[in-house]
Amino acid sequence: MDFPILAVLAATLTIATPLVFGGLGALLGERTGVLNLGIEGTLYAGAFVGFLVASRTDSLAIATLAAVVAGALAGALMALLTVTLGVNQHVAGIGTTLLLVAACDFTNRLLFGGGERTVTVKFDRLFSGGGILAQYPMTFVAFLLLAPAVWWVLRSTGAGLRLTAVGENPEAADTAGISVARTRWTALVVGGALMALGGSFLTLSVLGTFTLDIVSGRGWICIALVIFGRWKVWPVVLGALLFGFFDALQLQLAITSAFGSVPNELLIALPYLVVIAALAIRGRGVRYPGSYLTPYRRA
Amino acid sequence: MSSMSTTQQPIARRHRRTALVAGLAASALVLAACGGNTGEEEGGGSSSAGEDTISVFGAFATPLEEPWDGAIHAALTAVAEDGAITYEHVDDLATADEMERSLRDIIATENPDVIVGDAFAAEDAVREVAKEFPDTAFVFGSGGKEQAPNFSVFDNWLQDPAYLAGMMAGGLTKTGTIGVVGAMPIPEVNRIVNAFTAGAQETNPAARVTVSFINSFFDPATAKQAAEAAIAGGADVLFAERDGVIAAAEENQLPVFGMMVDQKDQAPEYVVSSLVWNMRPTIEAVVAAVEDGSYEAQNLAEYSFLKNGGSSLAPINTETAFEIPADLITMVEERQAEIEDGSFTTPVNEEEPAGSTTVGG
Repeated sequence: MDFPILAVLAATLTIATPLVFGGLGALLGERTGVLNLGIEGTLYAGAFVGFLVASRTDSLAIATLAAVVAGALAGALMALLTVTLGVNQHVAGIGTTLLLVAACDFTNRLLFGGGERTVTVKFDRLFSGGGILAQYPMTFVAFLLLAPAVWWVLRSTGAGLRLTAVGENPEAADTAGISVARTRWTALVVGGALMALGGSFLTLSVLGTFTLDIVSGRGWICIALVIFGRWKVWPVVLGALLFGFFDALQLQLAITSAFGSVPNELLIALPYLVVIAALAIRGRGVRYPGSYLTPYRRA
Repeated sequence: MSSMSTTQQPIARRHRRTALVAGLAASALVLAACGGNTGEEEGGGSSSAGEDTISVFGAFATPLEEPWDGAIHAALTAVAEDGAITYEHVDDLATADEMERSLRDIIATENPDVIVGDAFAAEDAVREVAKEFPDTAFVFGSGGKEQAPNFSVFDNWLQDPAYLAGMMAGGLTKTGTIGVVGAMPIPEVNRIVNAFTAGAQETNPAARVTVSFINSFFDPATAKQAAEAAIAGGADVLFAERDGVIAAAEENQLPVFGMMVDQKDQAPEYVVSSLVWNMRPTIEAVVAAVEDGSYEAQNLAEYSFLKNGGSSLAPINTETAFEIPADLITMVEERQAEIEDGSFTTPVNEEEPAGSTTVGG
């Protein structure tokens, strides 16, 4: 049988979609100097809240909106902790992730515990049967709307320049009349909303249902992708595609007779090995945003 | 029955930032720890749950939402609702030390007659505790052997319904390729996948079965992607050993077989049947033995066999979007009858299946 390369490419786009949302969401925060390790929990919250609201309203529009709101709130929590209170970003981020995952699991048990698994409405693929273009709407949104939009905002708008200025040199930005706190708050809230959209892709597009551990570490992959992409939009998107491609490739190779003798574990590790290798090469000597991990206080 | 609830300490309101931070951090920690919350069932159903009623405590390594422990919990809950036992449980004891501490705590504070749980991730710790408390019956899911005098083992021996589902799959495939998506090549998964493959071989000697492992018990998005890969590789019938595969089958309008419970509701037109695990016979055997004082360590595997009611093929879906040949159903029913009367024994093979298996080739 011919190797189904088109199917692998189609799968690449699907696998990369939540990584693009999450990666760009993380990038926004980090460009202002705030590392949001709440990302794993924010993806999880987006997945769960999207599913929860879809199950109650049968409306994908309301469910998607609810996920966005949940993500914005998660971003606001992160902003409260790291910007307003100046808490250590690693601790605040991991705490946020733990809190959100546990809160979702707890609510899930209260509302959906026991009995049959609930299946909700979900997005249909557009261009069904269209080969590589047979994708969910949010995949088109990620690659054709979101990525160009974030790129344009960061590069060509005042808001984008303020964002970068705050990340590079908050003292200078402050002196120039830019509110460091407001800029970081905005970046974290918008970034959180994007992350949650990525999470809701798993429930509202891919599966139509929610299970524990549904995010399975995709948030951490996003954090690695942002470093791989050196805080630039298109390299982050490229990184997501690279990871998606190798993940899709290993899934296909695993059931291809010619590769029957290759250990399964090696194939499963392939996309992660690629990311580590890419980081080892591209991640050396990266220049972090000037105020990375540093809370801002007027002297 | 003792109450497991704790009194909540009122927290004094303070207007300092540090208090807020501490509160948030603490709530994060508390919520994280709440994963291992102790739940209490309305065990016994009535207030007449006297001292004669056998008390059972569930100690699970995963959250109850995980289908494996969920099946055990469902059976215990059902038996408790019938009034045969009182039942309490604690779940999400993810590490060996959590499991060990919890077991000691349960014995010290509740002292149940029986503790049921899963030991896979904490085999040594659980066996050690069992040795120290020989008067408590330990009944644990385990890949190992029983340990005298009190540690019994069980497992989800689903090879019988897996074989029957495989027969159905072999009869339903038109491309001659069947896609299986499993967690990881461990014995309990392997024997189910291998029995499924053997069943497919019976009805379709030329069938090819592709087996994908996602190396996770819980990553439905990846499981779905693995199913999509199987479909791209020619599969037109799927077996969802893991969650996520049914969504792929529905989108591609293909027959699919579910796992652990009847999953027909997830895709009413495409789920042909499911492998169902019923832990009740196992629980009831243990309770009966404890009741008449004859309990001893044993391997409870056979109580999960189809002939003992411990597993079954869910009723074959009659409202599928495709036709299921009547003679295929007849063949499966005949084979099931032979399994039930003992004239056919499903082969148990726990070796790792190849990624792409050509059956009978």
